[in-house]
Amino acid sequence: MNDNFEPKIVAIFCYWCTTQAAELAGTSRMTYAPNVKIVKTMCTGRVDPQFILWAFRNGADGVIVSGCHPPSDCHYEDGNFKWFRKYVLLSKTLEQAGIDPKRLRQEWISASEADKLKKVITEFTEEIKALGPLKHPIREGGD
Amino acid sequence: MENRIGVYICHCGTNIAGKVDVEKVREYASHLKNVVIARTYMFMCSEPGQEMIIKDIKEYGLNRIVVAACTETLHGHTFREAAKKGGLNPYLVQMVSIREFDSWVTENKEEATEKAKSLIRAGVYRVNYHRPVETTTYPVNSNVLIVGAGIAGITAALVLADAGKHVYLVERQGFIGGNMAKFDKTFPTLDCASCILTPKMSAVKNNPNITLYTYSDVEKIDGFVGNFDVTINRRPRYVREDLCIGCLSCIENCVYKEPKFISEFDEGIGKRKPVYVSFPQAIPLVPVIDPETCIQFRTGKCVQTCLKGCPTKAIDFSMKEEKVNVKVGAIIAATGFKVFDASRDSKYGYGKLPNVFTTIQMERMLNSAGPTGGEIRLQDGSVPKEVAIINCVGSRNENFNAYCSRVCCMIGLKHAHMIKDRIGADVTIFYTDIRANGKGYEEFYRKIMLEGVNFVRGEVASIIPSENNRLTIIFEDTLLSRVRKKEVDMVILNVGLEPHDDWEDVRKVLNLTCTKEGWLMEKHPKLAPVTSLSDGRFIAGAAQFPKDIPDTVAQAEAAAAEAMSLVDRGVVESEPNVISIDENKCSGCKMCISVCPFNAITYNEEKNIAEVNIGLCKGCGACNAVCPSGAISQNNYTDDELFAEIMGVLRE
Amino acid sequence: MGKPKVGFYWFASCGGCEESQVDIADKLIDVVNAVDIAIWPVALDFKDSDLEKLEDGELVACFLNGAITNSEHRKIAELFRKKSKYVIAYGACSYMGGIPGLEVSKDKESLIERVYLKGDIVVNPDKVVPVQEFKEDGVRIEIPEIYERPYSLDEVIDVDFYVPGCPPTPNVFLDAVNTLLSGKIPEKGYVFGSRKSLCNECPLNKTKPEKVLVKEFKRPHEVILDPEKCYLAQGVICLGPVTRGGCDSLCIKGGMPCTGCFGPLEGIKDYGAKAISYIASILDSKDLDEIRKTLEKIPDPLGTFYRYSLPRSLFYKKRVGDKK
Repeated sequence: MNDNFEPKIVAIFCYWCTTQAAELAGTSRMTYAPNVKIVKTMCTGRVDPQFILWAFRNGADGVIVSGCHPPSDCHYEDGNFKWFRKYVLLSKTLEQAGIDPKRLRQEWISASEADKLKKVITEFTEEIKALGPLKHPIREGGD
Repeated sequence: MENRIGVYICHCGTNIAGKVDVEKVREYASHLKNVVIARTYMFMCSEPGQEMIIKDIKEYGLNRIVVAACTETLHGHTFREAAKKGGLNPYLVQMVSIREFDSWVTENKEEATEKAKSLIRAGVYRVNYHRPVETTTYPVNSNVLIVGAGIAGITAALVLADAGKHVYLVERQGFIGGNMAKFDKTFPTLDCASCILTPKMSAVKNNPNITLYTYSDVEKIDGFVGNFDVTINRRPRYVREDLCIGCLSCIENCVYKEPKFISEFDEGIGKRKPVYVSFPQAIPLVPVIDPETCIQFRTGKCVQTCLKGCPTKAIDFSMKEEKVNVKVGAIIAATGFKVFDASRDSKYGYGKLPNVFTTIQMERMLNSAGPTGGEIRLQDGSVPKEVAIINCVGSRNENFNAYCSRVCCMIGLKHAHMIKDRIGADVTIFYTDIRANGKGYEEFYRKIMLEGVNFVRGEVASIIPSENNRLTIIFEDTLLSRVRKKEVDMVILNVGLEPHDDWEDVRKVLNLTCTKEGWLMEKHPKLAPVTSLSDGRFIAGAAQFPKDIPDTVAQAEAAAAEAMSLVDRGVVESEPNVISIDENKCSGCKMCISVCPFNAITYNEEKNIAEVNIGLCKGCGACNAVCPSGAISQNNYTDDELFAEIMGVLRE
Repeated sequence: MGKPKVGFYWFASCGGCEESQVDIADKLIDVVNAVDIAIWPVALDFKDSDLEKLEDGELVACFLNGAITNSEHRKIAELFRKKSKYVIAYGACSYMGGIPGLEVSKDKESLIERVYLKGDIVVNPDKVVPVQEFKEDGVRIEIPEIYERPYSLDEVIDVDFYVPGCPPTPNVFLDAVNTLLSGKIPEKGYVFGSRKSLCNECPLNKTKPEKVLVKEFKRPHEVILDPEKCYLAQGVICLGPVTRGGCDSLCIKGGMPCTGCFGPLEGIKDYGAKAISYIASILDSKDLDEIRKTLEKIPDPLGTFYRYSLPRSLFYKKRVGDKK
């Protein structure tokens, strides 16, 4: 475990819930590790498993995807369920391919849960730090 | 032809520049591929900031803009408009948040600066793939739906109706007025609540622009901002509104000679008959028959003296639910609050010990139209000599509600005054802090202090019964640093405010976001307090968070103004983030149709492809994620844009 | 001027591609008459020198099938590139890695271990493993270097066109040959077959309901499929939606769901990820536990969704020149 290792983490958040929570965390001046960079989509239903692999391939050591709480918070009915189903299948595939599935984290964070967001980001950054940098042929691809 | 990108980095005073080295970031951005000009400015959202973009578009032939500042939620619109003024399609702009997502959340300056570089690089990579997006406009229906007819709903309804908009005011109780109709006097002026409320209620009834549906629920809302299709379910009151003349003889003639059933309006300290109105000045003055307690409904065999004595034969036991469909352009949610159920905090003995009341029960007791005719009485009918008021019940408490309910301190002071005034009892207020921060509030507090009300700073540990039906309060007196006891005749629990029990169901129907406690969420706590996160829906009153009547009325008028602004604008922009299907790539596999929650995509059998109705598309992008042929593209969230952004946050 | 010279070759191959080429049946005569087959190891004797002695670009086209799994394959592939005007990756293995592509391991040690020592059907009490060089008594034997994973052809040499399929169906092969003979050369990187996915030409697509929602995924041997109704709608994993068409729906017509051998369409970066995307999305459940349980029942997602394309997936794919 390299103490100087600063993981690179991509966070894909849905606009309506988790992005709002992140904005609220900002307005409330909650500080968290800068390792996490946020990319937003309107809904986690938009998240294509290709994005996750692309993130790992381009240098991410961890990926978090977070959206609205099931069963009924999703702004578009059930986009969060669609994402969850993809996540379950993708998670197992990652494991089979030799990537620790703990590197892909799935969360539900609503617009008012800025404190949960901070907690999740802090926790996940520590977890990935402990896991170390991702060492897998996926990193040697380039494109 | 290569893109020509302009990058604008906002200082936002010291909000960004105090943490992020904006000049270093500007220098970095200027070397990124396709970036033609990179600038910093103190406040990008200001006039000169926007002018800078407009000028640069012309001078440098820019065709893409990246603005690194606050958030898209706050100012996305501002910079899109600026681009438009400069002659660019507004969607060729990408906003990067280096404030909420960077400077405000990162401790270390170097780390914040590096993060800003990554985020802006991602924005630049992404914006290369932006395509001009055209939107259309839809006309806006000028009607407004208001859900909840308490003081907030009533106020908003009158403002809109007087402006010529037609309002559908839906209230699920049988009568309007909400919680305020239960109150006796209001602080700090000690105005009689009914006196100020009933003229407004009357105005609602008489205004030709207001259609009032009481004893009704909003069942379903279809459509989109400016064009909502609302289904209202009118529950049967079993008294015909069109025939009833409000004489209330049915209530007098009911086979139950005396009221026997707990009255919800009286918060449990009064009784009503199966046929009832909440109070004699209720609006609409049309009684409701409760099928759970009415003999006719329970046994099928009643002599129906109510009907027999009704001069217009308005009673109709066969009434059924009725569905009404209305079309509106805007919706205001003013669904109000309920009080904390004090039995949850067992130390107060509420519901077990005699003479432990809540403040809202005390309002009913003080109200001259209430169950005791305005007389303050113990349960055995005698007049209390010593009364305790305990503040912060259920509020400021991690075990129940962490927040402060804002109005209770003033209610406690008010009750102290009125009890002293009416029966001269000895009153003690057990408080944690006295929050008297409104206009005239501190002066009122002073007045009550001078009237001889006792104030004890400390928490109550428990209330136990003592001799002669009295109550002993065991409490910590922090100013004396001692645990003490006090015996009283009556305890009034100053209960906090909460969202209604069914807030989750209601918010689902209205498509609103709530906080974890259930308060309706505003779009921005400072800048958009009455707008919800869903287009076309506004929020007002205590449903958003506890507040007093002046603030409620102010918010209701604000929500009405927002609704009016939307409706008078006359048009709304269509959803920009809709999808398109490339028919040359579409294989007709129907996976998109299978995942679309809005049935916006249909199968064209002849061409063997899928086709989208962009009027129904809400822009979630699930079909884009799923399309196995790569034929679907979501405006502003295409695969290319997202792949580029993800790469950009990670590496060069 | 003689007939255009062509060559065929097989790397880590099952021989099915060779069979598919003769599967064009009577059309084979026309092909043989139109070209001069210079290299064809399955049918004609072949030595490396046969290839080495050709001029650069002397072969108009070569059809190379099989995955690249050792240095010998690479050597021959590079030679073919030198000696051919157009290199065509023929079949799923050279296009995407194919079935051999599933042989990815953490590293070479674990690969050797699995294949020679710990494999389920291996009996190797003396723990004999291959070594690249063996010297004894002045005798030196060398075998090619085994690569730590299989590569698709375009990871070792520059490839002009692809003929997909496992194996490519006769019509796709013929289309490739005729296109080249016609002189109307497509743009570099062109993949033969249809521009749309299998559903577009599948005879069962019209029986598919507009909303395909599946309660549970079954494996083909767990159900008796109605041959007249869309298999995906019946709950088996059919990869038709994400797979390039052009195969005349042979598997479908044979009562089996599509397993994806023609690979992805243009614009899809990762075949398996896209397959996961739509298969997971059409699961009809809004209960998180039920979703987990139901999807757990898919025993081998990596193998199911990346059956032919793992080396070409985002997990592994390298740029040309970027290899080991």
